[in-house]
Amino acid sequence: MTTPVWVPRKRRGAELFLTFLAVFIGVAAYASVGLGAEGRIPADTYKLGGALIVVAIATHLIVRRVAPYADPVLLPLVIALNGLGLAMIYRLDIGRQQINPDRAAFANSQLVWTAVGIAAFAGILVAVRDHRRLQTLTYTFGAAAIGLLILPLIPGVGQTINGARIWVVLLGFSFQPGEAAKVCLAIFFAGYLVVKRDALALAGRRILGIDLPRGRDLGPILACWLISVGILVFQRDLGSSLLFFGLFVVMLYVATERPGWIVVGGLLFGAGAYFGYAAFGHVRVRFDAWLDPFGDPDRNGQVINGLFGLAHGGLLGQGLGQGSPQLTPFSFSDFIAASMGEELGLTGLMAILVIYGLIVERGLRIALTCRDAFGKLLAAGLAFSFALQVFVVVGGVTRLIPLTGLTTPFMAQGGSSVVMNWAIIGLLLRISDQTRRPAPEISSLDSNDETQVVRMS
Amino acid sequence: MNRPIRNIAVACLVLFLALIINANYVQFVEADSLNSKNGNRRVINEEFSRDRGAILVDGKSVAESVKSKDEYKFQRTYPDKDLYAPLTGYFSYIYGRSSVESTENDVLSGSDDRLFVNRVVDLVSNKQPKGGSVELTIDPLAQKAAAEGLKRLGGDTKGAVAAIDPRTGAVLAMVSQPSYDPNALASHDFDQVQQAWKELNADADQPLTNRSTVQTLPPGSTFKLITAAAALENGVVNDIDDKVKAGTTLKFPGYGYTLPNENGGNCGGNRITFERALNVSCNVAFGGLALDIGQEKLAAQAAKFGFGTDPIDGLASSPSRFTTPGTKLEPPQLGQTGIGQYDVAATPLQMAMVAAGIANDGDVMKPYVVDTVRAPNLRVLDKTQPERLSEAVSSSTAAKLREMMVSTVTSGTATSAQIPGVEVGAKTGTAQSTPDRPPYAWFVSYAKDGDKEVAVAVLVESSDTARDEIAGGRLAGPIAKSVMQAVLGK
Repeated sequence: MTTPVWVPRKRRGAELFLTFLAVFIGVAAYASVGLGAEGRIPADTYKLGGALIVVAIATHLIVRRVAPYADPVLLPLVIALNGLGLAMIYRLDIGRQQINPDRAAFANSQLVWTAVGIAAFAGILVAVRDHRRLQTLTYTFGAAAIGLLILPLIPGVGQTINGARIWVVLLGFSFQPGEAAKVCLAIFFAGYLVVKRDALALAGRRILGIDLPRGRDLGPILACWLISVGILVFQRDLGSSLLFFGLFVVMLYVATERPGWIVVGGLLFGAGAYFGYAAFGHVRVRFDAWLDPFGDPDRNGQVINGLFGLAHGGLLGQGLGQGSPQLTPFSFSDFIAASMGEELGLTGLMAILVIYGLIVERGLRIALTCRDAFGKLLAAGLAFSFALQVFVVVGGVTRLIPLTGLTTPFMAQGGSSVVMNWAIIGLLLRISDQTRRPAPEISSLDSNDETQVVRMS
Repeated sequence: MNRPIRNIAVACLVLFLALIINANYVQFVEADSLNSKNGNRRVINEEFSRDRGAILVDGKSVAESVKSKDEYKFQRTYPDKDLYAPLTGYFSYIYGRSSVESTENDVLSGSDDRLFVNRVVDLVSNKQPKGGSVELTIDPLAQKAAAEGLKRLGGDTKGAVAAIDPRTGAVLAMVSQPSYDPNALASHDFDQVQQAWKELNADADQPLTNRSTVQTLPPGSTFKLITAAAALENGVVNDIDDKVKAGTTLKFPGYGYTLPNENGGNCGGNRITFERALNVSCNVAFGGLALDIGQEKLAAQAAKFGFGTDPIDGLASSPSRFTTPGTKLEPPQLGQTGIGQYDVAATPLQMAMVAAGIANDGDVMKPYVVDTVRAPNLRVLDKTQPERLSEAVSSSTAAKLREMMVSTVTSGTATSAQIPGVEVGAKTGTAQSTPDRPPYAWFVSYAKDGDKEVAVAVLVESSDTARDEIAGGRLAGPIAKSVMQAVLGK
């Protein structure tokens, strides 16, 4: 198998051009929401457009300065999604306040959170000049992940919102630590597996055709997995549980190159799902709502409303500001994909899915071309978790799979989600900058060289 | 580690393909069935927010959508309030639609297949789709005359009027009292709508019911027209001068029951002419004729006039009843049936069809209320073609029946309907139901003048008038007369 040879090109000009396009999409969506919902372009469109362009150029300049060889497509893709999401949240503010003027508006706070997210993105690029340094903090991130996951369960800090105990309220701010835990776990898994992958893959006994690793190699990972899944069962957050488990299994597979892990993971997932169905009422409700939403229209109102919205959108959509996405509960967060499908139609929803797909593709491409094992694992893990998250939430909304609560990256209202997703993109860009940079002398010092030579012989 | 990553990439591709295929399924394949599901507020909202077409009477809107400043963009209004309510029906966000608003919804809302091109043009030019208009057959003067006639009997009067053009079946007037104001149900203030709906449904007088097509009640002596028709058609009586048995009572040996005349009279002798029997509405004579005709043939005659079938498309309606199907009537019951009592029940529209069939040489035309359906650009999409329901009687029988109905107006029980210089034929009716409630006053008539014809049925269920004054001729006759005058322009 040959690794593609990269001609080191910066491509920052292409990024700038695509970034302008992405900003234009966002600003045009905002203006079109105003036209559709209120019959006029919002007065602050020019201000907002100007501000966005300034922010986009600033972000671009930071990338140009600190990560000149980074992937040029990721940033514009993310800006386009973020802009569309903001426009839709603004549109839903208008719609929801038509129903009831007392409802909270989210657009402004989401704009602030987006700014925080971009700051986090820039901060990561500036602070982490080499992603391999993160590897030295493997166990710190492992401990941080567990700490973040336990946080919502602590009385006084954690809060139950809509049946899931996944919120933390500190100093008047509420956030979901699960999103941050996901990134920490990915770093921890990557760092740990890089060190242990040979032991996991080679040492051990073969039982029933499956290579079982030694207990001492597997112990910490299983423990981490059990703790995270256990906490999520107690927090009743199905989506994150599935996401963490998928992340874990796939990173194990990538690290060991043993498809057996996928089989084991699949079996474990099946058993867990059956246990969840048998033991938890809320899992059963979700499952039944998936099989036959119209069997109990009152209970499954949200799923049904989402489907009605999608059907109402049809091929071309109602047009921004002209549908009724506000009729669906949580149209601005969990169901924002349905809101998009209603107003932008099948065409728009497919375009958004393709954008997500491109982000995943760029992430996996970074993993593929990365020269160090830690970066490979981390990029693959982040990209796959992104794909899985999009699949679980959009699939749930469109009734491909049972609905579980996960945020739609970059579009759904919610500060922690936006900030952490920007952080993920920051990490990916950092790895890709390292990957595409012409610096072969670094790889001669790489501690992973030996293992790679062994593997490829 | 590259091979697993490539495999993961393929797996991600599969996941995204699944999402896209599923989105296509939901938004394209399944969309129509989802859009037509019950309780889909988006579709209701959309229809509610559309520039819905008008319902017109003689070129004037009786239901129209005017621009509103709220989220629904258009407000459905009914300028004549309760006058046309039984025809237009209501258009409510919460309670849906009724009557013509419901049956012509496709055209009014603009979603009719025949408006497809308009919709495409609207889509391209980014305009909201507009609905087509529906022109009713109603004669506004006749409609007003009917409504005012019933109102004149007092606010508590329950009743209904149905008038049709005998030659076509076009409904010229259709009034039900008490009625309701559809504006109250079409309002965008949903709390008020719910309140109004609750009150309307709690009202014992059922204002939402269109009595002229739905309410079946004993037609009383007006049913004697059908008995007379059956007698002539089946040769029981051959001419209007033939003598029929009359007298004070009709006896049913072995049943311990005798059928008396109204007010205990003897109809003017033991044997009177057929014509006179109808003129004075002789119970004994028609009870006896019913026995001579027999249940089967009398039922068949009623069915030929439309009994037993839904009389009209596009409005809620009940079939009229000769007797409960499958029942074998005993002689006293058959005798009572012959004079429109016992189990006979008819709607005012059905009785108007009887008069119309007689006026139209025996041919009963199918009643209809929608005359023309137009696209938003006024192009005619559809014009209702008159349709013959049945030949109820031969034209010679029809002529004899007309002659008897005319003499009933000139010198019988129906003198209240006389219009100078116009051929008017009529039959009154006063039907008993139970002794504890006032009888129903009926009046069934037709009039011809030049190229204008009209057949009317008036039913007054109960009124403020004292009981002994109630008689079809006195209560219902003047209403029928004013409706006929309105149609004829006299």
